[in-house]
Amino acid sequence: MQNYLIEIFGSEIVAYILATVPVLAFIVLFVLFAVWLERKVSAHMQDRLGPMRVGWHGVLQTLADFLKLLQKEDIIATANDKALFNIAPYVVFVTTLATFTMLPFTSIFIGSNADVGIFFVLAFSGAVVAGILMAGWASNNKYSLYGSLRSAAQIVSYEIPTALVVLTMIMLYGTMSLGEITIAQTSHFWNWGIFGGPELGLAKILLVPFMFVAFIILFISTLAESNRTPFDLPESESELVAGFNTEYSGIKFSMFFLSEFANMFLIGSILVIFFFGGYNSPFGYLGNLLGIEWLIPIEQLLWFLGKGMFFVFVDMWLRWTLPRVRVDQLMTICWKYLIPYAFFNLLIVGLILLI
Amino acid sequence: MIKNYFKNTWEGLYTILIGMKITWKHLFVPSVTLQYPEERAKLPERARNRLFLNYNDCIGCMQCAAACPVNCIEIETVKGIPTDMPDPTSKGQKKALWVTKFDIDEGKCCFCQLCVAPCPTEAIYMTDIYEYSEFDRDNLVYNFASLTKEEVQQKQDNFDKFQAEKEAQKLEAAKAKAEADAKKAAEEKAKLEVKPSNDEKKED
Repeated sequence: MQNYLIEIFGSEIVAYILATVPVLAFIVLFVLFAVWLERKVSAHMQDRLGPMRVGWHGVLQTLADFLKLLQKEDIIATANDKALFNIAPYVVFVTTLATFTMLPFTSIFIGSNADVGIFFVLAFSGAVVAGILMAGWASNNKYSLYGSLRSAAQIVSYEIPTALVVLTMIMLYGTMSLGEITIAQTSHFWNWGIFGGPELGLAKILLVPFMFVAFIILFISTLAESNRTPFDLPESESELVAGFNTEYSGIKFSMFFLSEFANMFLIGSILVIFFFGGYNSPFGYLGNLLGIEWLIPIEQLLWFLGKGMFFVFVDMWLRWTLPRVRVDQLMTICWKYLIPYAFFNLLIVGLILLI
Repeated sequence: MIKNYFKNTWEGLYTILIGMKITWKHLFVPSVTLQYPEERAKLPERARNRLFLNYNDCIGCMQCAAACPVNCIEIETVKGIPTDMPDPTSKGQKKALWVTKFDIDEGKCCFCQLCVAPCPTEAIYMTDIYEYSEFDRDNLVYNFASLTKEEVQQKQDNFDKFQAEKEAQKLEAAKAKAEADAKKAAEEKAKLEVKPSNDEKKED
């Protein structure tokens, strides 16, 4: 993709800027869709209808809300730390957006097929904490401060099981590059991570239950990292008004909103890349069958988005099923359950891979 | 201890799955929402909503106004005169009064329906209209009397004239009666004067 653009424009900078445009457009469109979906899913799970007025079954509702948000006054209280208060939403959004550069959307569109792909993703999704802390602290509001501190505690704690599971998966695939991890799972769905990876043999069968455990741990810990229910303590509406973004309005608030939903897709796609073959189709491609080569990337994109959206849907499903956990329960889940399981999982997978 | 630990883990995951099963089922349950302006809930048979008066049936008996606990009904009537009587009600009951004013302040109405029961002609009743909010409170006062001001004035004048005529007649009649009475009295007196002689005669 980049090489192609460099050839066209003859300048690396222009090409790289242009290469981010589809990702950015995708995030905005995805968020518009996901917010609508969230409202619809929550409504139907509670036997309601949700938005029905704007467009067909309210599909344009989010767009209308977004336009309204853009018109809102950008309120900055006098007691705020202005510089940090203004930077915080951009830090949160930019770090979230940066992680998208590593995602292999198709075999030809990868923002950057860096060798440290997953490391980069973990680092940047951890850096979101900085933005959230900035937002909470600079707001000079007790609720915001509590929200951001909870968020920091939560993200830092849940980085550990995430990292342990990611380490397990890196051992399995022998690479940190998300593109190569995806390529390793090509051709058949029994090559997917959840079914023990690409190599055949006894090890593969032995790995399956441990891969399943790894998947569950990664799912729970990434869900907690994206600050979604049942781990939405940082913005628990019933206790903290809206958590760290209480003081924000207008476009800055929508930045936080964008990054939250972008994060949801990010964790979904990380799960998909590690366990469900990334952009790979489980049944082979229609493009191969018909001999149309340009169709394959489009199919890959659809598979990737479809799988990602499925996990986004599961997030929503969980959100409207489970109540919020308490702070002590949150820490118990992480330190007493996820980390030991992830650690023993790591050891066992390591042993199996050695055999 | 360690057994408990695994049990906790299992129960945690298993109960989450149970919860997810329930929410998944509800995803396909038809929603209970009514899209309000387009769809409306069916009102119960005896729902009490906005009052309505069938003006043509009102005989102006004021029983509804008397029954109203919040005094939201205001009625004024003028008696009809024999030459200008209001038409009878739809059920043929005769009216003796022109109802010149029948105002219901729906803002005051407490929907007790006490006014409906005493009405002898079933002219006042509850409708099924419940959306009648107004920006101005005065618009909630509904005027049911269909007579115009001029007509009301005319009825009043007619009645006053009739009353005056009647008074005059009465006065005349009284006068005549008084005269007749006086005459009678005089006659009686005359009779009385004659009477003693009669008595005397009797004594004889």
